[in-house]
Amino acid sequence: MAKLPVDVVVLVDQFGPRLNRIPATGWNADIEPDRLVKTHCCFCGQQCGIQLKVKGNRVIGFEPWEDFPFNQGRLCPKGVKRYMQDEHPDRLKSPLMRKEGTGFVPVSWEEAMDKVASEICRIQQTFGNDAFALIGGASLTNEKAYLMGKFARVAVRTANIDYNGRLCMVSAGVASKKVFGLDRSANPWSDIPKAKVILAAGSNVAECSPITTHYFWQARENGAKIIILDPRMTPIARNADLYIPVRSGGDIGVFNGMLNVMIERGWIDRAFLAQHTTGWEQVEEIVRTYTPEYASKVAGVPASMIVRAAEIWGPAETSFLLHARGLEHHSKGVQNCMAAMNLVLATGRIGREGCGYAMITGQGNGQGGREHGQKCDQLPGGRDIENPEHRKYVAGIWGVPEESIPKKGLTFVPILEAIHAGKIKGMLSICCNPMVSLPNTSWVREALEKLEFYCTIDFFLSEAGRYADVVLAGSLMEEDEGTTTNVEGRVIHHRKAVDPPADALVDWKIICDLAARLGAGDKFSYNSPAQIFEELRVASKGGPNDYYGITWERIDHEQGVFWPCPSLDHPGTPRLYEGGRFAHPDGKAHMQPVEWRPAAEEPDVDYPVILTTGRVVSQYLSGSQTRRIGALVDQYPQPLCEIHPLLAKRFGINEGDFVKVESRRGSVIVRAAVVKTIRPDTVFVPYHWPLERAANNMTVRDIDPMSNIPEYKICAVRVSKAPEPEDSISELEVQAGGIR
Amino acid sequence: MIHLETIMRADSVQTAPQVCMHCEEPICAQVCPADAIKKTPDGIVQSSLKPRCIGCSNCVLACPFGVPKYRVEINQMMKCDMCYDRTSIGKRPMCATVCPSGALTYTTREDIERTRQGLAIRNWQFGDEAVRTKVNVLVPRSVERIDVGVEQLGVTHTDRYDVAALLAGD
Repeated sequence: MAKLPVDVVVLVDQFGPRLNRIPATGWNADIEPDRLVKTHCCFCGQQCGIQLKVKGNRVIGFEPWEDFPFNQGRLCPKGVKRYMQDEHPDRLKSPLMRKEGTGFVPVSWEEAMDKVASEICRIQQTFGNDAFALIGGASLTNEKAYLMGKFARVAVRTANIDYNGRLCMVSAGVASKKVFGLDRSANPWSDIPKAKVILAAGSNVAECSPITTHYFWQARENGAKIIILDPRMTPIARNADLYIPVRSGGDIGVFNGMLNVMIERGWIDRAFLAQHTTGWEQVEEIVRTYTPEYASKVAGVPASMIVRAAEIWGPAETSFLLHARGLEHHSKGVQNCMAAMNLVLATGRIGREGCGYAMITGQGNGQGGREHGQKCDQLPGGRDIENPEHRKYVAGIWGVPEESIPKKGLTFVPILEAIHAGKIKGMLSICCNPMVSLPNTSWVREALEKLEFYCTIDFFLSEAGRYADVVLAGSLMEEDEGTTTNVEGRVIHHRKAVDPPADALVDWKIICDLAARLGAGDKFSYNSPAQIFEELRVASKGGPNDYYGITWERIDHEQGVFWPCPSLDHPGTPRLYEGGRFAHPDGKAHMQPVEWRPAAEEPDVDYPVILTTGRVVSQYLSGSQTRRIGALVDQYPQPLCEIHPLLAKRFGINEGDFVKVESRRGSVIVRAAVVKTIRPDTVFVPYHWPLERAANNMTVRDIDPMSNIPEYKICAVRVSKAPEPEDSISELEVQAGGIR
Repeated sequence: MIHLETIMRADSVQTAPQVCMHCEEPICAQVCPADAIKKTPDGIVQSSLKPRCIGCSNCVLACPFGVPKYRVEINQMMKCDMCYDRTSIGKRPMCATVCPSGALTYTTREDIERTRQGLAIRNWQFGDEAVRTKVNVLVPRSVERIDVGVEQLGVTHTDRYDVAALLAGD
């Protein structure tokens, strides 16, 4: 609400981010843990199995879990250092309330929850139910994601619930539902090593889904060829058989151009298309116009690369296509994905061993978190909030009248637009840091400042939490229990290792208590997350994302269970679409013709350079967790602007210079990294840092009309040498947004 | 104790993890004036013994792979010991266990021959000095020995990974 209660430097001093470098019991080889808890990483969608070492009520270390099949003990720096979040000096141990001039003061749960409930009531009574918005997150367990969706429709009764996966997986989700009929990777990762050709578009595999690297390399040892599309030569691209430095947003040129060549050379499985798909005629008509010469212009790469890609992909016996945010974070993200799916379907190489398709889900529970109702248009089990039968079924489970379930609400960016327009007055968020992760940061800040009431549930005070009126101290993954669903669609079990410290509470209890204060306590009388999962099973039964046959016991015995799993004796479904049976009622895949169009903001005379944004391996999302871990910050302390020497020379920039990267919406000042491993028309800034170092200061808030995902991967900037910054922000430590 | 080197970031994203190579005739042990570096019968070259190490950095200078590092806060050399607490009880070293790409791996020669196209070799030539290590590297089948020359930092360059050059292809 309004401006920050006190200067940001004071808040950083009180609440961090500070770096933790020492485990709870020190670096002491003699201390034996009491137990090892088999669980999963709290970070990305790979959801690697890991064991946490516990002594008393403290997590003191980790041990690889070599028997979990997905990663077999493998991890990445984030997973290895994850336990440094426990016993952290910044850890929130009680609710906080905003105090003007001071910052935040600890208050009792009673006072905090009273305030939240009364503000929700006041705002809804004054401005209508939809004037209060809820934001969930894709790192929440399935149980909590389900709870948030139910909380929105039954306790708060607002249509306006959405989640931070809106910034992540929705382009892939809309495309996959439209074409294949289901929103899930089509194959388990075990099919990757059996593919003779792998094509990965917009995925910095080595840094963003590190374990997947080993799957690619196994395929390569089996003779596979690897094709990588990315404006930057990332570690996976360096070792590719064919690296295509596609211009940001130009992927349709490659996909349609490849199909053009494949049609000419007879590498289309027309029998498969006739039997198992609709829409090929329209697709063929469009791609016939994407000659290599035209495709080359769209993609920004030599025509020979597109031809070469077709020559590798076209005749292959088996193949696997994957994509991630580089393809999806566009105002045409859905269309980018559908064009990629055409490449898969045109060869018929799906639904069998070594033949597959996957979207590489980014967030820990990006898959499960987009299935059970915390999206504005969704009900549990992947059901549709506007479908009368779906509404009736779920209303029956929840014990509420069908009419009381709101209709479809607004997605994340439109929610902020509604705040600006004065239509939404209050917001409660969990598992989300919009001051770093939403585009166009200054516009986001203005929205948060405009809210009459803002509450966050979190375990650290994030950059967004600094704008809150009430901060509720929630739980780390290891302090709660539940399931998530990994990149493959495998439902897995996060086991509780320790209790939350001091007065922090497990998230689900906070939500249930709030629900009770809003008069819906009878609908939220759970005693454990296990009970929530039992209800989730029934609520998802018969829906597209059917979890009914999945239990925690089955997960433990079977090392995870793949949905759909409609009954307790069903083995689960690792591989979808076997026999060419797709998930639409007609059993066919619905191919979509895709025509390229420019991004919302292309470079021009005033802002002549493309900015693309992304990640580094040692940081996770908004950095709220990983910018508090010493070893991870040491690995890559501050954001750099990657710039090609040809472009750097134009602007008189040398390695290590301070540079201002500026768009129409904002800027950063960071050091330059002059590297040949990026297109000379493009610069790259990773987005994990806040304030004057936030890459999202510059990005556009334009969204894909079908998925509503923001266009993070391209906007127009200018780059210039800058004097060394000397403001109070730059003097903060690097993990807080300073600069060295 | 593993050093992850980025070779020439301006030109390439290539990285090389450097573990202790556990030389058959460890030069670090040979040059140590305090006899603080020992090799166990299973061929693992241990880190420095605390009661003996005098922090002179002879080993730091002598190791051809640049492995031992002097730690000022304890006035002692530290280096990879193949996670002896793990490997001595049948576990794998931590680095090879967690490596997400399989670039580091702890396994039998048979397993490598079965699953990898490269050849595992452990013979090195540093100028006139031949070094045989316990740790192997995977090389193309045509390579028999790794001859290590000297490159000057900041002078050696490659355009092999220059995206501008790739785009100029046609």
